Amino acid sequence: MNIIVCIKQVPDTTEVKINPETGTLIREGVPSIVNPFDMYAIEEGLRLKEQFGGKVTVVSMGPPQAKEALKEAVAMGADEAVLLSDRAFAGSDTWATAYTLSQAIRKLGQFDVILCGKQAIDGDTGQVGPGIARQLGITQLTYVFKILKLDPQSRALVVERLLEEGREVVEAQLPALLTVVKDINQPRYPTFLGIRRATKLDIPVWGAADLPETDAGKLGLKGSPTQVVKVFSPPKREGTVVLIQAETVDEAAAALADRLLAEKVI
Amino acid sequence: MDLGLTEEHQMVRKMVREFAEKEIAPKIKELDRKHEYDRAILSKLGQQGILGICIPVRYGGAGMDYISLAIACEELERIDTSARVAMSVHVGLNSLSLLQWATEEQRLKYLVPQASGQKIATYGLTEPNAGSDVAGIQTTARKEGDHWILNGEKMWISLADVADNFLLIAWSDMEKKRKRDHSGMSAFIVERGFSGITTGSIHGKLGVRAGNTGSITLTECIVPEANLLGQEGEGFKIAMSALDGGRYTVAAGAVGLIQASLDASVRYANDRQSFGVAIGKHQLVQQMIAKMVARLDAGRLLVYQAGWLKNEGRRNTRETGLAKWVNCDAAFESANDAVEIHGAYGYSDEYDVERYLRNSRGAVIYEGSREIHQLMQASYALGYRQDKPLRCELPKYDPVEWQKES
Repeated sequence: MNIIVCIKQVPDTTEVKINPETGTLIREGVPSIVNPFDMYAIEEGLRLKEQFGGKVTVVSMGPPQAKEALKEAVAMGADEAVLLSDRAFAGSDTWATAYTLSQAIRKLGQFDVILCGKQAIDGDTGQVGPGIARQLGITQLTYVFKILKLDPQSRALVVERLLEEGREVVEAQLPALLTVVKDINQPRYPTFLGIRRATKLDIPVWGAADLPETDAGKLGLKGSPTQVVKVFSPPKREGTVVLIQAETVDEAAAALADRLLAEKVI
Repeated sequence: MDLGLTEEHQMVRKMVREFAEKEIAPKIKELDRKHEYDRAILSKLGQQGILGICIPVRYGGAGMDYISLAIACEELERIDTSARVAMSVHVGLNSLSLLQWATEEQRLKYLVPQASGQKIATYGLTEPNAGSDVAGIQTTARKEGDHWILNGEKMWISLADVADNFLLIAWSDMEKKRKRDHSGMSAFIVERGFSGITTGSIHGKLGVRAGNTGSITLTECIVPEANLLGQEGEGFKIAMSALDGGRYTVAAGAVGLIQASLDASVRYANDRQSFGVAIGKHQLVQQMIAKMVARLDAGRLLVYQAGWLKNEGRRNTRETGLAKWVNCDAAFESANDAVEIHGAYGYSDEYDVERYLRNSRGAVIYEGSREIHQLMQASYALGYRQDKPLRCELPKYDPVEWQKES
């Protein structure tokens, strides 16, 4: 089974500080990590490989230092890695990113499953995974919480999706693209053997010229229908604290419920 | 000259850090409060390969170098001393001694399961009445047919109640014992399953309360002849060279404890306000932080120097001892300053720094007290002491050799 995992290197938001004067993120000196949701995608890919055989290829688009993220995936057990890095890709929005990644996946050849995290913790759009599926014309299954069944012979796939209103069980046919949520698994640590492999592995870097039949007009900033006009911190919410007091906890709870109903919160 | 860590070392650090933060940090405060030893942490360290980090792959290890061992110890003690202590006895004192002194048969029988974490090992030299005075130990070994009979008691042994295998030092020549001639000592590999060995735990320790420390009692304990490590009479040399491994891990761990003290202090100093400013703005707080930074960098360099010598296959008794002495004192001072910076909160276990302070104290005493280490350094400087070559030296790190499958 050929498994492709798309990952993104993001700033570690637990280390990000906000400049109190300008209200913008201080990005300098912030360590980079593999997007946490993508870690679950890597782990799920490795589990599928352990169950059905085959290989796991990790793909990332980003600056040259995104190789570190790919190496981390290799240290966990991924077989191969490809970095898409080119000035021509700079400024890509989710559409151009999905296009570029899908062109690279076409170049990688036959695949059965593509895995992505449900979203990246920096952009938070959740659009790149579905975008890749659309570009490749394959089934997309987002917010996957559990792979209930996967039969490489009949190519049948059954997954459970975690949605706001509940869980949904859906059937599909391979090949398919899955975006996964946090609770799908517990990502493993890199192994020492994996670390040695990762540091020795020569990770190919593909630029625009390496992607066959690629429309240069669909890449980077000029291939991006959306443009970020401004990044800012929203104004702080104004509000007051009301302390609801009563003789007993039950009475206080009842008073709170009445108040919430009156305010049409519930 | 290259003082940089390799990409491999950096990935090892990241992995062990993640491991310690996820597997140890969330529960360590409760374990320490309850004086509770959690065997699951050791099992996970084993599964992750950390218990065999610098042992060659063909002996069940992970095949990394000696610097990686230091990095792992640093990262583990950054979270809690108890995890690093396990590395010190299992890897530093026991497994590295087997790598250095054991026969191929002994390595296959004992080192392989230890490096893969299936068996846990420790080391017993210290006794109720003999620590620094090694020739003062009372444990004896007498030869009877094709086995040895051991009698005596070992004390202050980390993982005494947990370990499967013990590396024990005893007098095998009673005439030399009387004369305190340490060429009458021998080293033995003892299994928990051998008849005549019992262990117990010690309670009421100042620190490392989440770690197991205890005693070993040997009563007519029968040890097969094949379990003599090295040659008869080499026990003292083996015991001392084991300390080159153990002290290295202790010194590296101390760096982690300084790092933890510094990190906690910086966090608190930027957050806590007094006299209308963050306390980090006060010069005397800055002085304590500056000293921690100095101890951290100097200590790390001392450890990596010792590790580099090990990688090169060069004798490092002096450099390792220096790192151990200086860093353990520095860790205690740093933890103490971290408590001071935290003020009254530092005195309570709401913050971690009081645990760092308690945990740092033991290492100033064990594996060569600070007094013994000062005597050693002075003896080298004055020309009273010189290290003679050993019959078996710790093998030089060779990545190709280390990563061979068989």
